[in-house]
Amino acid sequence: MINWIYLTVALPMIGFLINGLLGSKIKNEKVIGIIGSSAVGIPFLISVVALFELLALPNDQRVFNVPLFTWLSSGWLNVSFAYRVDQLSIVMALVVTGVGFIIHIYSIGYMHGDKGFWRFFAYLNLFIFAMMNLILADNFLLLFLGWEGVGLCSYLLIGFWYDRKFEKSTTSDAAKKAFIVNRIGDFGFLLGMFLIYITFNSLNFAEVFSRAAALSIPTYVFEFIAIFLFIGATGKSAQIPLFVWLPDAMAGPTPVSALIHAATMVTAGVYMVARCSIIFALAPSAMAVVAVIGLLTAVFAASIGLVQNDIKKVLAYSTVSQLGYMFLALGLGAFSAAIFHVMTHAFFKALLFLGAGSVIHGMHEEQDISRYGGLKKYMPTTYITFLLASIAIAGIPPFSGFFSKDEILWHAYINGGLFVWIIGVFTALLTAFYMFRLVSLTFEGKERFDHHSVHPHESPKVMTIPLIVLAILSVIGGFIGIPEVFSGTGGNLFSSWLEPVFKTANSKIHHFGLHSHFEEILLMALSVAGVVFSIWLARHIYIKNTRIADSVAAKFKGFYSLLRNKYFIDELYDSTVVNPIKKVSENLLYRINDVKIIDGAVNGTAALVDKLSALIRKFQTGAVQFYAVIMVFGIVVALFWILLSL
Amino acid sequence: MENNIITSVLLFVPLVGAMLVLLFPQKNAPLIRFWGLFVSLVTFVVSMVIYTGFDPSVSGFQFVHKIAWIPSLNITYYLGIDGLSILLILLTTFITPLSLISSWKSTGHKVKEFTFFMLLLEVGMLGVFLSLDIFLFYIFWEAMLIPMYFIIGIWGGKRRIYASVKFFIFTMAGSLVMLVAMIWLAVYASEQLGSFTTNLLDLYKVGPNVPHNIQSWMFLAFTLSFAIKVPLFPLHTWLPDAHVEAPTAGSVILAGVLLKMGTYGLIRFCLPLFPQSSIQFAPYISVLAIIGIIYGALVAMVQSDMKKLVAYSSVAHLGFVVLGIFAFTEEAMQGAIIQMVNHGLSTGALFLLVGVIYERTHTREIADYGGIAKIVPVYATALMFTSLSSIGLPGLNGFIGEFLILLGTFKSSVLGNWWFAVFATSGVIFAAVYLLWMYQRVCFGKVTHDKLNKLEDLNTRELVTLLPIFVFIVWIGIYPSTFLRLSEVFSNSLINYIMKI
Repeated sequence: MINWIYLTVALPMIGFLINGLLGSKIKNEKVIGIIGSSAVGIPFLISVVALFELLALPNDQRVFNVPLFTWLSSGWLNVSFAYRVDQLSIVMALVVTGVGFIIHIYSIGYMHGDKGFWRFFAYLNLFIFAMMNLILADNFLLLFLGWEGVGLCSYLLIGFWYDRKFEKSTTSDAAKKAFIVNRIGDFGFLLGMFLIYITFNSLNFAEVFSRAAALSIPTYVFEFIAIFLFIGATGKSAQIPLFVWLPDAMAGPTPVSALIHAATMVTAGVYMVARCSIIFALAPSAMAVVAVIGLLTAVFAASIGLVQNDIKKVLAYSTVSQLGYMFLALGLGAFSAAIFHVMTHAFFKALLFLGAGSVIHGMHEEQDISRYGGLKKYMPTTYITFLLASIAIAGIPPFSGFFSKDEILWHAYINGGLFVWIIGVFTALLTAFYMFRLVSLTFEGKERFDHHSVHPHESPKVMTIPLIVLAILSVIGGFIGIPEVFSGTGGNLFSSWLEPVFKTANSKIHHFGLHSHFEEILLMALSVAGVVFSIWLARHIYIKNTRIADSVAAKFKGFYSLLRNKYFIDELYDSTVVNPIKKVSENLLYRINDVKIIDGAVNGTAALVDKLSALIRKFQTGAVQFYAVIMVFGIVVALFWILLSL
Repeated sequence: MENNIITSVLLFVPLVGAMLVLLFPQKNAPLIRFWGLFVSLVTFVVSMVIYTGFDPSVSGFQFVHKIAWIPSLNITYYLGIDGLSILLILLTTFITPLSLISSWKSTGHKVKEFTFFMLLLEVGMLGVFLSLDIFLFYIFWEAMLIPMYFIIGIWGGKRRIYASVKFFIFTMAGSLVMLVAMIWLAVYASEQLGSFTTNLLDLYKVGPNVPHNIQSWMFLAFTLSFAIKVPLFPLHTWLPDAHVEAPTAGSVILAGVLLKMGTYGLIRFCLPLFPQSSIQFAPYISVLAIIGIIYGALVAMVQSDMKKLVAYSSVAHLGFVVLGIFAFTEEAMQGAIIQMVNHGLSTGALFLLVGVIYERTHTREIADYGGIAKIVPVYATALMFTSLSSIGLPGLNGFIGEFLILLGTFKSSVLGNWWFAVFATSGVIFAAVYLLWMYQRVCFGKVTHDKLNKLEDLNTRELVTLLPIFVFIVWIGIYPSTFLRLSEVFSNSLINYIMKI
């Protein structure tokens, strides 16, 4: 089946073409939904079979290259449409097609009755196509095709309801912002690729990575490459300073937020850095930058999440924050921990978004949590699954989020030190707090909605079954990565599966001395205790004593408004970058330089010629006598000239 | 070398076709239109015959046709095709019939003259790409201005006279300087080779021996003429005016083929004739090209007229091509050549699409539109697709050219500095800004004007003009080897030749 892996790319493309070209004629939602879902479901099955084929092989032989045809060749450049199946890409493929399939099914229910039903499924399939290219590519250029492709789909799906308003502007503003901010990141990615090309004379992963490990190339080259690639990652994975597009991306339909803006696309940056682990491992300063940016983003976004009232906004900032966690792991050299968190996060965050979608669906498009309350009796399945996901993201053992988060925190401690660990745990406390604030305000306490106009109801089975499946994964998904301290000699299954991929990188990174199991368990216990307290606090405030929240907000008015307004980052970018560029282009470049200076010079020359001619025309009197006089005068002057020069 | 008359057939089919148009009765517009289309299609078929016989592994010229013309001055009628010109010839014969179909309805009056000038224009363009004698080249180069002048001046918009005169004067000014340089070069050749010659292949041997300071002047004279045509910043201001006033077919040809004559000239003449000066001036020209990339994009962003926006985007795109030419690496040269084709396809299609909507509403102001995606979904999809191609989305054609150019620029030892590539790469951000912003204002949001509700979607004729372009946009994006292999030997040997000197 591994040799057929290109089907996992081709089938979504076929699904896109069928639904995209014929969808408006098919009209039948069921048919469109089945085509769209099977274009992802079959690739999932293929990936599962491929996984078993890999499992049957010894750990160091689990790399396959499936070339299709040459894409671009010129000079040293020779890249193909070729797919690489190894431990890392198969994990990603399973997550993307698996979670993707579940969300496709859910969308059949969620998008029911929408005029653009066929268009929605076409775009979703196109997204899967691009995403599969991104993770299966065996070279940077093909990865970039997927990278830009998912960006395009994100653009198309954020602006899916292109005639709707979104907050202060429109959905299409949000879509455009996402595309352009991502392009800024891509600018960095492209430069990284160019630098890789001139350093290693190739863009193929196998060649680049083996040369990076073998050749003696000055460190600063790796630092540059790593930083450029990381700029790309900050765009796609919404890190400081390019995270601003992701909260706005919530303008898209909720399944899109779940699939693209939580579970899969936004983790592309994490995947890319992990894929290039060897380059990053050889760039210590760049690694530090990755870790710092990740940590800052994690705590920064979590703090904003504390005070948002839009259910999707809370989850969006939570996603930014969790992605920060993953980059922290990458920066600390814990590559497999980062990928582990990608996976568990895909389960519980997709579930949270789908749950939010179910709530929004049941509440007639209302997204403001201050107008929810007490919904658990109306939507029991949604409530239970949402609660389980919240426990998972908060990191309560033995839920999936606990294992992946704990592994990152442990690396924060041993590679980053106590201070990094403290900030990491602090972020975890904030996470637990805003999640249970969300759960409490939505499902518990008083019903704050208008009973006359809103009749909350549970979603249909086509939506709740996906919730249940994801809930199961969120609960048990962490068991494949049980840390050594519990599993004993078996070690961590997940990280030993990925071990060959990161082997070279790990050998280049200096890991600090040994730590005892006691330390590990102590830190774990501390963070879990903190999280439990945080959950208790959130429930205490938002179920029973809502006044506390108001009085705290009133007391720290300035800080509260800073958080509510997301630290005014959007306004800052608008006033320092966006508006000046527009003004300069309009006034200085176009109106002054083009119109006044250049055209002024051209038209001025024409006018000058015109004036000169008018002057000369005065001599063309037509009177022969006048010509004769001039002629005689000329002869006289000429004669004098000759005489003088003799 | 054996004479191959098929190149002359290619040139004379549209010429004879144009002459015969004059015999048709003025009133029978449909007949004239079909005749024009027929002739341009026959030309296309001839070019396909040439394509199938073209051997990309051969360096140098194929299908050569050479006849003594003015023996006293050793001037020859000398045609030939190599890896550089084959793509541009195919582009020309491909775009011409499409632009004729596109103008099926819009040129209501003087169809006969219009068809005549369009075919004549094709002759001029093909002649420019085919000529291997600089005298012959110059004749085509100048002759081609005439039909374009009339196409803008007769079928253009309100300020068509201003635009056509500006177009004419700008181009003419550059050409005259080039003419002087050409004559000087031919005279110099008589000292070196013993006889006055305008044979380009002979001049190739002479040019590099021209004393350094004179060579600089020669190079600048040629480059000025070509740079105006490209147009390179700051010589670009004729272009927006010409585009805005030109009828759709004129814009399509102008963007699709005419601008490429500038970049073609740089590669065909400036580089091999004056290699030392080319390298010497490369950094300066590259700086202008990069300014053009960023400047064109920024100014495009603030345009309120759709055609002007696309026109300024051409300045940016052609900046990439010029940068690729002067990076002196195989990747960049290959990128520059394929990017000429790409720009012809993408920008040609953009002008077609603007023309489609202009025909229906008679306005090109972006502000007069809004929310039309709902009313004309097929049109909106086509516009999105074309914009993405122009933005340089991987998988479509524009990316291939831009990527190769930037990669080659980064690698360039002549420029010897990353900053060229870094600044040029920032152009990919701005390209997304101006096109997506225009798209948003035209297609997204609520329907802003009631009369837009009556807008009709693309009809069959319009789809017929667009679909062939779309096929190539995807083809070049996914499997560019079909096209890159044609110019590979050419690029490789040119770069090797110049870098050796």
